[in-house]
Amino acid sequence: MFAASLVSGLAIGAMYGLLALGYHVTWVVSRSVNFAQGSVMMLGAVIAFSLLVTLGWPMPFAIAAAVLGCAGFGIVLERIAVRPFRARGSESWLMATVAAGILVENAAMFLFGKEPRGMPSALARHPIMLFGVGVLPLHIAILLTGLGLAGAFLVATRATPYGKALLAVVQNPRAAQLMGIDAAKVTVFAYALSSALAGLAGVLIAPLTNVAADMGFVFGIKGFAAAILGGLDNPWGVVLAGLLLGLAEASVTAFAGSGATVMASFGLVILALYLRPHGLFGRALARKV
Amino acid sequence: MTAPAPFPRAMLRVSRALAAAVLTATPLCAGAAEPAPIPVGLVAALSGQSAVSGEAITRGLAVAIDEINQAGGVLGRPLTLVRRDDESNPGKGIAAARELISREHVAAFFGGIDTPVSIALVPIANKEKTPFIGVWAAGTGITRNGATPNYVFRVSAVDALVDQRLLRYAVTIAKAQHPGLMLIDNPWGESNHAGLEAAAKSAGVSLAGAETFETGDTDMIAQLTRLKAAGADAIILVGNVAPAAEVIRSLDRMGWNVPVISHWGISGGRFPELAGPSAEKVAFVQTYSFFKSSAKGEAVLAELEKKYPTIKGPEDIIAPVGTADAYDAMHLLALAIAKAGTTDGPAIQAALEALPPYDGLIKRYAPAFTAANHDALGADDYIIVHFAENKIVPVE
Repeated sequence: MFAASLVSGLAIGAMYGLLALGYHVTWVVSRSVNFAQGSVMMLGAVIAFSLLVTLGWPMPFAIAAAVLGCAGFGIVLERIAVRPFRARGSESWLMATVAAGILVENAAMFLFGKEPRGMPSALARHPIMLFGVGVLPLHIAILLTGLGLAGAFLVATRATPYGKALLAVVQNPRAAQLMGIDAAKVTVFAYALSSALAGLAGVLIAPLTNVAADMGFVFGIKGFAAAILGGLDNPWGVVLAGLLLGLAEASVTAFAGSGATVMASFGLVILALYLRPHGLFGRALARKV
Repeated sequence: MTAPAPFPRAMLRVSRALAAAVLTATPLCAGAAEPAPIPVGLVAALSGQSAVSGEAITRGLAVAIDEINQAGGVLGRPLTLVRRDDESNPGKGIAAARELISREHVAAFFGGIDTPVSIALVPIANKEKTPFIGVWAAGTGITRNGATPNYVFRVSAVDALVDQRLLRYAVTIAKAQHPGLMLIDNPWGESNHAGLEAAAKSAGVSLAGAETFETGDTDMIAQLTRLKAAGADAIILVGNVAPAAEVIRSLDRMGWNVPVISHWGISGGRFPELAGPSAEKVAFVQTYSFFKSSAKGEAVLAELEKKYPTIKGPEDIIAPVGTADAYDAMHLLALAIAKAGTTDGPAIQAALEALPPYDGLIKRYAPAFTAANHDALGADDYIIVHFAENKIVPVE
């Protein structure tokens, strides 16, 4: 009976997964995360909307420009809000990225306006019936994109020289540098990739909800919850945790009403972390002293 | 060390001439000074998902103020509007109202679309003895707040009466036997839940059930599925633009073609854009339509077209209820200030309760308010409308 809302929960969960994958990428490379991830997601949706609807660009160009724009933002963010602090061994990147997110959100409110807008999408117009359940083509596209990107990332980091270089930096930055890997460049790349993933999440989710300057905050928090839940070091783990979080939310809404959703889903996150402190799919690393 | 350069003689002459001009002009200016304007306030959503509502209210007030000022103002003083954005947030509304009263010294202030904000402003109006006139928010408890004297008035719909109208439409026009309720999870939703249950009880109609949703919900299929399983054959919807649009999209996804009758929260923003093509199927309640032709309606429309060039006809009035309610409310307030002969809150409050009959835009108020009834509009003043390509037009 509630299959349709579970499908929609899976699609939202895939978005949490994409954001969580973004947190994972910067974490494995630089042991830092971009807490402006939710705002970058909003930025993706706002750029895509402005290009597509306001300026009338063709859809593929608008999406590509939004994702590239977010990647560019990630590069700038790493340069001004992360690198200076990490270079001094400070953890202040944490606050700096939060602040950057708030800054972007307010700039978007100022430039884009505070009124939510509707993003048109041919994939979100007519539901198709799958086993008696109305599913939007966009739901399926989002799910496939989320899983596909997690899979691609896993393959890329395990099987390509670039991916191995990425992981080598975190395991031993000095040794990686001696092997000719530019750790600074790899970190910049990780931030660009992480922001591009968030931007893509924003573009994909926009037709299912609204485009608004404040749309990213809660998504960003939930994406981080998924990342922690899945174990920050495990790309599959964070995406699966995102899907689980989306499903849990949809189930709570279906059986207990939407007033209980946030309480119950974050309650479950705390419970899961209590039982498995390194995340559902994470492993405790042996610390050498 | 060099000596300071002498002040050029020409410059000296210029400054003397300027000083003389200022001295001679000052008494003239003082003599010709405009009388100090009477400030009236507005605390409404000027941004966010309901920003359109705040703009519509502003337009109604502005046109009325122009008319009043052109006719010589009130007590020989022009009226001026001081607006504050509550961002649909009660906390911000409270701060804005306090600021309007203590710093701007407004004679009275108007409210916006959000019942939770208006409910929060009621104690301030009553404590500060400053009349507060609601022109949109319909929560029953806003005017019926138990205070004596009561400084809160309203030229707008009242939930308890709107609920009777919505139910009557669902049963008689949409031929529903078991309407289901979809309500926003806030004081406005609760106010309507009570009103709709009372209306159903007195009409002998059994409701299929009541479900709530949050403002940020992105999927309403679970709630709608429960209503469908309970045998709902119409949906009565109470919510603001964004979540109400999500209800309609969720209905589309379910492939459930059911009549939807909505309170008017959906008219305060870009509902057709957010809800998609099915937005047109939703019937909803309003207090006024500029398609209703009357001499006064045409005159106000002409003024609106003159002042706001994007308006080319009745279909371009973005949220007619806000504009029409605000227009009448401003004129009623001006009458009350004139009758009171002062801008003191208690005198204006007493005058509002004892206004003479007045031919307004929405109807003839005979009178608008009494000591026992602070609501100028009743159930017979409501009309049912729907969206047709972004415009609000009557259903009939």
